[in-house]
Amino acid sequence: MLRATFSSMLQRKLRLTLSGLAVVLGVMFVAGAFVLTDTLGRSFDGLFTTVYSKTDVEVTAKSKIAASEASHDEVPTPLPASAVQTVDDVPGVAVAHGIAMADGARVIGADGKIVNSAGPPRFGTNWLGDQPLRDGHGPQADNQVAMNAALAETAGLKVGDSVGILTLQPKRMFTLVGIFGYDGGKDSLGGAQVVAFTEPVAQELMLGERSVYSSIDVRADDGVSADTLKGRIASKLGDGYVVKTGAEAAAERSAGPKEFLSFFNKILLGFAGVALFVGIFLIVNTFSIIVAQRTRELALLRAVGASRRQMVGSVLLEALVIGALASLVGLGAGIGVGALLAAVFSQVGGGDLALAGIGVPLSAVIGSLAVGILVTLIAAAIPALRAARIPPVAALTEAATPDRPLTRVTVAGGAVFAAGAMLLGIGLTGVGDATLWTILGGVLISFIGVALLTPVIARPVVGAVGRLFAWSVPGKLGRLNSGRNPRRTAITAAALMVGIALITGITTVLSSTTASLTKLVNEQVQADLIISGEQSGPRPPTFDPAVLDRAAALPGVDAVAGASFDQALVDGKRQSVAGVNDLAAVKRIASLRATAGTVDELSAGQVVLDKDLAAKAGVTLGQRITTQFSRGAPHTLTVTGIYEKSEMVNGWLVSAVDAADFGIPQPVQGYLKVADGASVADVRTQVTALLADSPEVTVGDRSEFVKQQTSQFDTVLAMIQILLALAILIAVLGIVNTLALSVLERTRELGLLRAIGLRRAQTMRMVTVEAVVISVFGALLGVTVGAGLGTAVVRALKSEGITQLALPWTQMGTYLVLAAFVGVLAAVLPAIRAARVNVLTAIAYE
Amino acid sequence: MGTMPEGMTAAARAVDVWKVYGTGEAQVVALRGVNVELERGRFTAIMGPSGSGKSTLMHCLAGLDAVTRGEVYIGETRLAGLGDARLTQLRREQVGFIFQQFNLLPTLSAEENIALPMAIAGRKPNREWLDAVIDTLGLRDRLRHRPSQLSGGQQQRVACARALVSRPDVVFADEPTGNLDSRSGAEVLAFLRNSAREYGQTIVLVTHDPNAASYADRVVFLADGHVVAELRDPTAETVLDTMKRLDAMVLG
Ligand SMILES: Nc1ncnc2c1ncn2[C@@H]1O[C@H](COP(=O)(O)OP(=O)(O)OP(=O)(O)O)[C@@H](O)[C@H]1O
Ligand SMILES: [Mg+2]
Repeated sequence: MLRATFSSMLQRKLRLTLSGLAVVLGVMFVAGAFVLTDTLGRSFDGLFTTVYSKTDVEVTAKSKIAASEASHDEVPTPLPASAVQTVDDVPGVAVAHGIAMADGARVIGADGKIVNSAGPPRFGTNWLGDQPLRDGHGPQADNQVAMNAALAETAGLKVGDSVGILTLQPKRMFTLVGIFGYDGGKDSLGGAQVVAFTEPVAQELMLGERSVYSSIDVRADDGVSADTLKGRIASKLGDGYVVKTGAEAAAERSAGPKEFLSFFNKILLGFAGVALFVGIFLIVNTFSIIVAQRTRELALLRAVGASRRQMVGSVLLEALVIGALASLVGLGAGIGVGALLAAVFSQVGGGDLALAGIGVPLSAVIGSLAVGILVTLIAAAIPALRAARIPPVAALTEAATPDRPLTRVTVAGGAVFAAGAMLLGIGLTGVGDATLWTILGGVLISFIGVALLTPVIARPVVGAVGRLFAWSVPGKLGRLNSGRNPRRTAITAAALMVGIALITGITTVLSSTTASLTKLVNEQVQADLIISGEQSGPRPPTFDPAVLDRAAALPGVDAVAGASFDQALVDGKRQSVAGVNDLAAVKRIASLRATAGTVDELSAGQVVLDKDLAAKAGVTLGQRITTQFSRGAPHTLTVTGIYEKSEMVNGWLVSAVDAADFGIPQPVQGYLKVADGASVADVRTQVTALLADSPEVTVGDRSEFVKQQTSQFDTVLAMIQILLALAILIAVLGIVNTLALSVLERTRELGLLRAIGLRRAQTMRMVTVEAVVISVFGALLGVTVGAGLGTAVVRALKSEGITQLALPWTQMGTYLVLAAFVGVLAAVLPAIRAARVNVLTAIAYE
Repeated sequence: MGTMPEGMTAAARAVDVWKVYGTGEAQVVALRGVNVELERGRFTAIMGPSGSGKSTLMHCLAGLDAVTRGEVYIGETRLAGLGDARLTQLRREQVGFIFQQFNLLPTLSAEENIALPMAIAGRKPNREWLDAVIDTLGLRDRLRHRPSQLSGGQQQRVACARALVSRPDVVFADEPTGNLDSRSGAEVLAFLRNSAREYGQTIVLVTHDPNAASYADRVVFLADGHVVAELRDPTAETVLDTMKRLDAMVLG
């Protein structure tokens, strides 16, 4: 039995290799994800251990605005200068340095643009003089800065240059007086940008007030352990402080980038999931074909006494071998991919993260092998059971068993599809906790349902699609061939469907979002010009608040509304708040309507909020509310107005005066209404001039604004296009597989056709048309299913502001054309094989 | 007898054709200097024992296989040196085939199978001729059927119609009745004979059945790769006699 299995496997090397490839790809992503996470995780640990190598204890103030469900980041709170003295007096402390450091020092490079970091933070800090200087000296005057070598290099700056820097305050000019590096000759620590100011300047620009620090860096006397010292300092400072050892702080800091890593990890695992899911179709098809081809051989085995169990075993054994081999290859490839990605990551943004050795955790090995083998076995199970059902008498009958009717599989498909759609519905309407999983499960099960329904749809649709190619005889023959085995055609097409459905679904959601935003902006914003920037990191782009006043004073400008944003504790609860410079302007531009009090003006100490929120929080007009913004002392605000909520304006609004204590006290967006009769273009030119010192933002009309706000969609699209490419690659393997088999099965027909005068080129065209019909059929299915999925999601997101359904017709058309090309590509080898068929061998009937 | 009437060219001819398969130990010489002319408008049978080279000769004459030495002509066209494209075109335009089985494409109806060679060439069949062929073969009420819905005899008649409909210079039939019962076989053979007599269609029949050969105007006997005898206006008896004589020669 074993010998029989292996010898028959060898004869089908090519077909098994093709289906094995799908497993290889899937396993590659699984292993790659594991290796990447492990390697980079240890590299980050190493990085922060270096950063904290000289720190025995770190002291920070307890955050006034803790992490909440909506936002996982706590807002840092500065500590007073007096605390440094207190710590310094603790016995066992050798030295205690006050550190005034925060993210958000944005350097304007020699080219006038902000130097982007693409991930790593952009720190501004006080100069402690403990980094090795490469050139010049540390900042000694308030208009001097030093920066790390990597930043100076990317910015194109050298000692003596003057440099503009954006911080909590608008652009300020400094002279670059020093360039420093790090121990071990490094130019940066993990790609972080660091600008060092004198201490008072760092406090003012990075923390917002003089004589406060972000943390205290403590070194212990010889012989005093970090843990002992931590205990002493903590008891001395009492409540309101967080004291950690250097090691604890390092571990905590490295958790941040690791979280980002785990996000990337999920993407890789998503790729793996798609590859394996599509791969299942390929494997099911391959094994079904193998079983069909071996019907007589298997029946003979049955006739000579092999049991059903042995039949199933023989097919599953084959699957096991393929799965194991493919998983091993995938594991190897995954280790390579993981190492490569880790290397790429470590260089991001000019950073040079020292890579720890490539790590292959045991979990990667076990996980990859298990996933690969399991998927192969599951996929082979159905064909294996079919093999067991072959009756011994089939060995004697001539033809293969006729295609069973499709009724059962269709009914099953309908049921599965309904179940999947229901699960999807539950997930989308958001009852229950595991919503994301419910949605994913729903999508997956729906796909399986559609795949089961595909054979029934195949006959009519393939016929209709094929008619497009029926203008030539080879085309017609190809079309007829593609309809000959609806099951095989269906599974092959279904593999292509999955990828195209996913991307069509996502594109539908994205284009609907854009359409909804466009409609929203057009209907609810009476602004002719909008100031905004493209957000590339966690920190939004901002501009000088003075621009708002200057723009309002321009001739031809009717109203200017600007908004800044913060996380605050409102009445003890964490809330988002917005600061507006001119509520009257907001009222005019966004058609704000008061339901109580007034929204005509908002002065210091006043707050307005929308009706729904007021009802929910039980807030009434005239109520006094204690509010703690990201910085400064608590404000007591009086509610002076309640307004009708809209998608554009909602929540708590405070005046620009109070907004000075925002974590980022500068406006993120500005809306301009041009006076009747004034030229929008003129105003735009003047505002552009006003923004010269705010390089993070630009001014544009509404459509430019929408474009800018949706620019990150391109990144999402690029990402899923990689996914699509992957899914298509596997689907192509499936088409090649199916065609190669068709050619083999129809050798005699091909010989006959060649004998009666079909030219080689015509033969190739015939095979190509068959491939194109199958792939266009798959794409049609995918586009339809994807549009359906996307529509369902869009409908479910209606309450989130996605009110418009916009089907991405152009992309959908592109996918169909792409599918046709894919078909042509997949047909190349089988077509050549068909054209090479030897007429004489083909028609020999012995 | 034996020579061609004045002014008439052969539909196909082989001149000193040798065909060798394989090399060294495994070498098989299937044809050893065969000379044969297939007269236009005649029904010629090629007979001989199994392995005598009948099929090989037919393949060489039909441009399906290349000869090792010698010349093959279809009409005035010399096949030697023609590329695949020219040979394919030649088969399409000047040759018709009827094989023993698997003659038809299962995806096409009987009518579409009949018209296939014309369709591949991008030509329209002559409607009158098509109707005549279909009616003669009694296929009128089977035109919409698929091959799987036809009996073996019907399938072979469809194959005959397909071979004849483009009015090729010569139709080659390799054991077309090998898989049929005697009645169906007789129908097909009678049709082939009539095509030659009434429409002047050149037909070459490869067979080892004396009865089948008796439908022909002329029988060429092959043995061991040689043309060993020839018979005009044969009957089943004369064919059988010739075969016995040849057997005796080989044995003796
Ligand atoms: N492709 C081939 N390779 C090697 N030898 C071949 C090949 N085709 C035919 N032969 C040999 O050539 C000789 C003639 O074969 P051919 O098929 O022409 O005989 P035949 O007269 O048609 O026999 P039958 O009546 O059995 O069909 C035989 O000895 C055969 O074994
Ligand atoms: Mg033969």
